[in-house]
Amino acid sequence: MRWLQLPEGVSTISPTIDQMFYIILVVTGVAFILTEAVLIWFAFRYRGRPGVRAHYTHGNGRLEVIWTVVPAVMLVFLAFASRTAWNKIKGSIPPTDQTVVVTASQFNWEIRYGGADGEFDTADDIITSNDMRLPVNSKTRIRLRSKDVLHSFFLPYHRLKQDAVPGVTIDVWLEPNKTGTYEIACAELCGFGHYSMRGQLTVMEPGEYRQWIEEQEAALQAATAGETPAATGESGAATPPPA
Amino acid sequence: MSEHHTPFIRKYVFSEDHKIIGIQFLFMSLLFMVVGGLLALMVRWQLGFPDRPMPLGTLFPESVMPEGHMGPEFYNMLFTMHGSVMIFLVIIPNLTGAFGNFLIPLMIGAKDMAFPRLNMLSFWVALAGGMVMASSFFVEAGAAATGWTAYPPLSAVPEFTGVTRGQTLWIISVLIIGTSSIMGAVNYITTIVNQRAPGMHFFRLPLSLWALFITAILQLMATPVLASALGMLLFDRTLGTHFFAPTGGGQVLLWQHLFWFYSHPAVYIMILPAMGFVSDILATFARKPVFGYKAMVFSIMGIAGLGFIVWGHHMFQSGMNPALGTAFMVSTMVIAVPSAIKTFNWLGTLWRGSIRYTTAMLHAMTFVSMFIIGGLSGVFMASTPVDIFIHDTYFIVAHLHYVLFGGSLFGIFAALTYWFPKMFGKMMNETLGRIHWALTFVFFNLVFFPMHYLGMQGHMRRIYDPTQYEFLKPLQPVNEFITISALLLGVSQLLFVVNFVWGLARARTGERNPWRANTLEWTTTSPAPHGNWDVIPTVYRGPYEYSVPGVSEDYLPQDKPGAGAPSPLEAAALKPTRA
Repeated sequence: MRWLQLPEGVSTISPTIDQMFYIILVVTGVAFILTEAVLIWFAFRYRGRPGVRAHYTHGNGRLEVIWTVVPAVMLVFLAFASRTAWNKIKGSIPPTDQTVVVTASQFNWEIRYGGADGEFDTADDIITSNDMRLPVNSKTRIRLRSKDVLHSFFLPYHRLKQDAVPGVTIDVWLEPNKTGTYEIACAELCGFGHYSMRGQLTVMEPGEYRQWIEEQEAALQAATAGETPAATGESGAATPPPA
Repeated sequence: MSEHHTPFIRKYVFSEDHKIIGIQFLFMSLLFMVVGGLLALMVRWQLGFPDRPMPLGTLFPESVMPEGHMGPEFYNMLFTMHGSVMIFLVIIPNLTGAFGNFLIPLMIGAKDMAFPRLNMLSFWVALAGGMVMASSFFVEAGAAATGWTAYPPLSAVPEFTGVTRGQTLWIISVLIIGTSSIMGAVNYITTIVNQRAPGMHFFRLPLSLWALFITAILQLMATPVLASALGMLLFDRTLGTHFFAPTGGGQVLLWQHLFWFYSHPAVYIMILPAMGFVSDILATFARKPVFGYKAMVFSIMGIAGLGFIVWGHHMFQSGMNPALGTAFMVSTMVIAVPSAIKTFNWLGTLWRGSIRYTTAMLHAMTFVSMFIIGGLSGVFMASTPVDIFIHDTYFIVAHLHYVLFGGSLFGIFAALTYWFPKMFGKMMNETLGRIHWALTFVFFNLVFFPMHYLGMQGHMRRIYDPTQYEFLKPLQPVNEFITISALLLGVSQLLFVVNFVWGLARARTGERNPWRANTLEWTTTSPAPHGNWDVIPTVYRGPYEYSVPGVSEDYLPQDKPGAGAPSPLEAAALKPTRA
């Protein structure tokens, strides 16, 4: 049943999230079928017929206990099962191979790499607009910031979403496991251009990624030396991070 | 009944009679429902047919809808005001203002509320709040456009949206409406605690009353927190304070905590009364006691109590500490338990019943069916890791509409049809009612069920033009389908309007108890007179003594002394009734 399937997952956390989704789908699906079937069955079976009186009862204590405990156990189980996944994804950042700073603003994703000196907010930062590149099968720390209002960094196929809050830097991590291009969406209403905050993530082979970084660094050096800036990036002047 | 000449304006306009005030809230909320519905249809037009000019679009100013095409600023305003109107001017005033007012004294056996003048004030304050919100459409730069959730900094700094006065008016109107809610809550709690008729012990109250009582406590405790948040936001906008600013010592996330501390209990304010009404209506038309009455009462309390400790589930992805997320996940999963208990007890009420399929009963059973879907879809978003994916997508929109429309609105249709005769002394037309129900049921599901699928594919919410995204383009046919279904859903509501108005225009039948129900409101005339009863009834039993073995009638009103002789009031009203 294609309409019950989530879209393809392309990160190391997407299987965890998808599994949790499907477990809940099965549990709630069974509950749905059972309760609705009972409702429909009762609706037909107990239609008022002349001469047939309703059965006078105020309830059943034992049933109350059963249908309190069973759902409670199932729901607490779902909470515990979810907890492991949540801790792994948002609880802490594992050791990562590179860091990218993403600064959201109305209506743009500024993607910033540390550059040759490895430090952010320095003159050699590689900065792009809405163009994020990452190496496949490698863990990246993404530092989310916002210049103005709330935004939310959303990579649907990677099952990653995190609000960007002005005044705070929030870290998430990502390990894509498939090359390709993927859209970045904004998932928190941020003004009239919210619908247009579309970015692109390109996941590349590590060699190609390194090559791209080197090309950006070279273009920056050339630009600083007075020649025309490269077409793929902007030359970034050092700007102090928001407080 | 004492007969003195009350001027029209004191009898029907500035009335202190809870029934008139309830009907005033009813008319206000129904009018605003039309507004909220039209706003939704405009949203759907943009999503379904972004390239085509909107029908009647030329009625709007060129600045916001050039040649019938709306821009993103207008779109953001539309969904903001749709949510705001539906929540603050429709569902809450209808369930608590209209039915709370109308039913409480009648069901407890009181002549009126404890504070009739405060009650009258509560309506006019609510209406004033509604007028302020309505006025915001007409000011420069239009009405609020930050979502009904109004998160700062977007809502705190006019430059971020371009909306100026409209957003400020929104804040002020919600403050005013909230004041009305608190006034009403004080009145309801006092009345229910203090003015029950002799014999009306708490555990003889119908579930409608329990629900309204607990809801009033929720309103009393939660609304002031919203007021404080609104005050802070107002000051940030107008006085240069920094409560929610990223600089100057403020905390952006503080708004979310304060807002949702109210707004989560608010969603229970919007469902509990409907749950109460549905319980009473199911019992009446299954001719059976409510299954598990005490469990139902404690479940209402459980939902309300737990409802205060789940607010963070709206903030899982907000940047709040993930450990806090885990805590809220646990409480959110747990709150599903009392709702499940209620669902099973509704099924138990139908079990071995003798069901009469009146329009009210159809709506009540639909409430149960749709609430099951809405409640179960909530389990997905209760799971913090799953919420990473579905937060701010159409999965959430599907969930909230299944509980608010599938739940609350069908509950309202049920309650309105059921208590219409007591309010107006006439019946709504059953055939027209059934057709309206059937069309609404079908189109409602065609609109909102596919939204689960959209959410699963990652379709974000509050997006003016989803076709900007390659991954969303293939979903456009679904958006079109939903829009067409929504238009048909909207048109179907005309049947309800016709039925309602036609019902009002009919001659009175004066039938006291057309449904052969047990609760006290049915012991007085239809419509109920000023003062409700000459002699306050005495209560001898609970509200659900239907089909009692050994009693020839299949119902036994609460005020009837023994299982044998009719009460004086009942003797006067004995008439054969149609099911």
